[in-house]
Amino acid sequence: MEKELNVVGARLPMMDAAQKVKGTALFTDDLILPGMLFGKILRSPVPHAKILNIDTSRAEKLPGVKGVVTGRDIPDRKYGIVPMAKDEYALAKDKVRYIGDDVAAVCAIDPEIAEEAVELIKVDYEELPAVFDPLEAKREGAPEIHAGIKNNTSFAIRKEFGDVRKAFAECDAIFEDTFYSQPVNHAPLEPHAALAQFDPLNGELTIWSSTQIPFFLRRNLSNTLQIPESKVRVVKPKVGGGFGQKIDLYAKDFCAAWFAIQLGKPVKFVYEREEVFISTRQRHPMYITVKTGMKKDGIILAQKFQAHADGGAYNSTAPTMIALSCYFLMIPYRVPNLIYEGYHVYTNKPVGGAMRGHGIPQARFAVERQLDMIAERLGLDAAEVRIKNSIHAGEPHPAKFIINTCGFSDSVKKAADAIGWKEKRGKLPLGRGVGLAGASFPSGVSNMSHISSGAVVQLGRDGAVNVLSGAADIGQGAETVISQIVAEELGVPIEDIRITAADTGITPLDPGTFGSGVTVRAGNAARLAVISVKQKLFNFIADKLEANVADLVAKDRNIFVKGSPEKGMTLSEALKSYQYADLPMPIVGRGSWMAPATEPTTLFKEDGNFAPSYSFMTQAAEVDVDLHTGKVKLLRMVTAHDCGRAINPMLVEGQLEGSVVGGMGQALYEDVIVEKGQVMNPSFLDYGFPTFLEMPEIEAIEVETDDPIGPFGAKEAGEGTQLSPAPAIVNAIYDAIGVNFMELPITPEKILDALEEKKNRKNSRSDQCISHC
Amino acid sequence: MKQAIELNINGDTHEILVSPNNTLLEVLRDKLGLMGTKRGCDLGACGACTVLINGDAYLSCIMLAVDAIGKEILTIEGLDEGGDLHPLQRSFVENGGLQCGFCTPGMILTAKAILGEEKHPTEEVIKRKMAGNLCRCTGYKKIFEAVMSVTEQSGKEF
Ligand code: FES
Ligand code: FES
Repeated sequence: MEKELNVVGARLPMMDAAQKVKGTALFTDDLILPGMLFGKILRSPVPHAKILNIDTSRAEKLPGVKGVVTGRDIPDRKYGIVPMAKDEYALAKDKVRYIGDDVAAVCAIDPEIAEEAVELIKVDYEELPAVFDPLEAKREGAPEIHAGIKNNTSFAIRKEFGDVRKAFAECDAIFEDTFYSQPVNHAPLEPHAALAQFDPLNGELTIWSSTQIPFFLRRNLSNTLQIPESKVRVVKPKVGGGFGQKIDLYAKDFCAAWFAIQLGKPVKFVYEREEVFISTRQRHPMYITVKTGMKKDGIILAQKFQAHADGGAYNSTAPTMIALSCYFLMIPYRVPNLIYEGYHVYTNKPVGGAMRGHGIPQARFAVERQLDMIAERLGLDAAEVRIKNSIHAGEPHPAKFIINTCGFSDSVKKAADAIGWKEKRGKLPLGRGVGLAGASFPSGVSNMSHISSGAVVQLGRDGAVNVLSGAADIGQGAETVISQIVAEELGVPIEDIRITAADTGITPLDPGTFGSGVTVRAGNAARLAVISVKQKLFNFIADKLEANVADLVAKDRNIFVKGSPEKGMTLSEALKSYQYADLPMPIVGRGSWMAPATEPTTLFKEDGNFAPSYSFMTQAAEVDVDLHTGKVKLLRMVTAHDCGRAINPMLVEGQLEGSVVGGMGQALYEDVIVEKGQVMNPSFLDYGFPTFLEMPEIEAIEVETDDPIGPFGAKEAGEGTQLSPAPAIVNAIYDAIGVNFMELPITPEKILDALEEKKNRKNSRSDQCISHC
Repeated sequence: MKQAIELNINGDTHEILVSPNNTLLEVLRDKLGLMGTKRGCDLGACGACTVLINGDAYLSCIMLAVDAIGKEILTIEGLDEGGDLHPLQRSFVENGGLQCGFCTPGMILTAKAILGEEKHPTEEVIKRKMAGNLCRCTGYKKIFEAVMSVTEQSGKEF
């Protein structure tokens, strides 16, 4: 990285930070249109039933009600965020599959009337047997949730790399353990909302939606409403967090659009908090069995991994989720021989979907926990085992990943040093412990169609820079990061940049915020666009200055010859002479970018390089376990992090801090409790995600690499850091009290029970060596 | 039965027709369009709807509008000083104490109430008093730093 940078790498506040602190940042529910109507969804009170009849007559007659819609009225078009997995209707057609399933919707002149009206809709259900556990749902004879889906298994994937049978035969020790990871709600602070407006004269629908995926939402609306994509405009206002939950079409989007079209009036839907918990998405609960074979020295030879994901009632991202949890078993460790079997199983419960880490945190919990258990058994140091098995840049990879940069083994060392591994591990008093865990995450995905981003940059004669990007900023600061990239290339301060993003009617295509690909993908697109602008201007200026284009530098609103700042001019002079040379203004540059893929592959069917680059991290935790109350306090979490170059270190830290606390929630506090299909804790009061009081000390250590593909060497920094906090914490709990927990979350009751049991039984280990030990 | 009431909000007197069961949040957002006060749960559990009543932090989603009659209500829209950011607002911006921004107005107003009570609250007091304000994005660290940095330079009135 010889280049000296000014705007990239700076700790700049988000460009919209001032709006946010003044309360003028507008989210979907803050928008008001003249004559706006309000909608409300009727949801299923039963987990599994046939809909025999829906009587809407009383609701329709209620004064103030403007419309009622049921599944029978809407086009027969299924949707799903992954094209191969479409299995859902915007409103249930003839069956409901979970408590909270969308059944009907009303639209009225105010929210209270809408609420009253849904209660007047009478639905006759014929209840069907329901099933609530994926292992039961997979058995012969279990209730069939979707017609024709055998054993309720909507996706099954089996992959084999290397020669697993032979490798297991060569191992010195083989261990097999089963783990369970619980359902977690994303719980973004902003409840989901949509506002739609229709212009009957030109047939155009505009929808403002709290979405992470404006362009996919446009496609899904076009498909389900049966109107052309060109007639649907999705605008993303400020979004109050998503974490993956806002990657889908929901009934609120469809119904707002439906009523707007039918009634010719703007219509708004806002979900209540309870609806967010019950009827959107959650992290997939997962049962995982891992069998790992090692040599005596701790080198992993083979793994067999079996995962049963509880998908709830619909697919959502099912195939992507299980593919991710498979492929990311082979990184950050070298696993030359691997069998993966993954099942996505329907149950009559809330629906699983993408959530920060997407299928990988569950797998990491299992693998990272088991590595610690094995290290202990074999008398090895758990940090050393990780370093020994670390993959490195440039190595051949069993699934053909191309790893250009990799700071993993460094990250283990740095995290271990920072937490005081040598002095503390196994040496702290009862109740105190340290633990660590590693992870890797893709910077977006290469191997899927539709995953490319576009950008347009315009430079006006006053030096104002206008950027159009499809990237969906949901609070992570994508617009700021993209603007920093553009400002850096043009040599202007960020104040000169104005960005318009994520409006399908105005901005170029972008797949949206998921897979932690925005900085690399949309950042590269914007960089190509601004480079094209710069080239046009530089070609002209080079002539004027009698210099080589390649020698020109743009910096501090000046353009000059490298090494001789006196030989140059201000950007404003440059633009003026460009204009007076009768060259067309504004100067426009376009860019589109897609990750380089050597083979056209898809996630689900083929192997190949999964992502343009991979982040790596090790997280080390120190915990205090109160032996009387069973409460665990995360004291400190260190993250040694290879995310390439941070375009904005303050924003990267923010991502990391949010992930650490999110991961802590998963480890210790959060659990969507479902009894017979009913969510028992659908509120902030009962769900209990971390507050100020639980905030640990959080420390980040940079492991710098210079990635050749990311803009200015950047890699992902949004999701990877939520993969290993949970296992690091649980490993630290083992160090503190000598109990191996196999199920999340580790509640005080579980701690107290385990301590009690430990008292009664000398050896509390639940891991088993199944051969050679 | 609706009744007309007068509320003093950010220094202005508003006459509004309300039902006895209307919450202050409904009045602020739905009747007056003061959208800086956010609705995160409508159940008193997230702090996004925090406003100041005579300087103290209240959850407007569980407070009846009629109970605010005769009191000084401050929402986030009334905090900046003639267009200049309030020191807390500036500190949140500079310290990166926000991401999506949905919790931010409530966080800032709660912090203001704390600083109104004592100029140099301890770290523990800040954490305890802000524990009712949830944030799902930041992990709280930078919010905490933003508030601390204001208390450290305080001495001024908030
Ligand atoms: S909206 Fe009032 S506390 Fe959540
Ligand atoms: S910044 Fe998003 S909830 Fe706090």
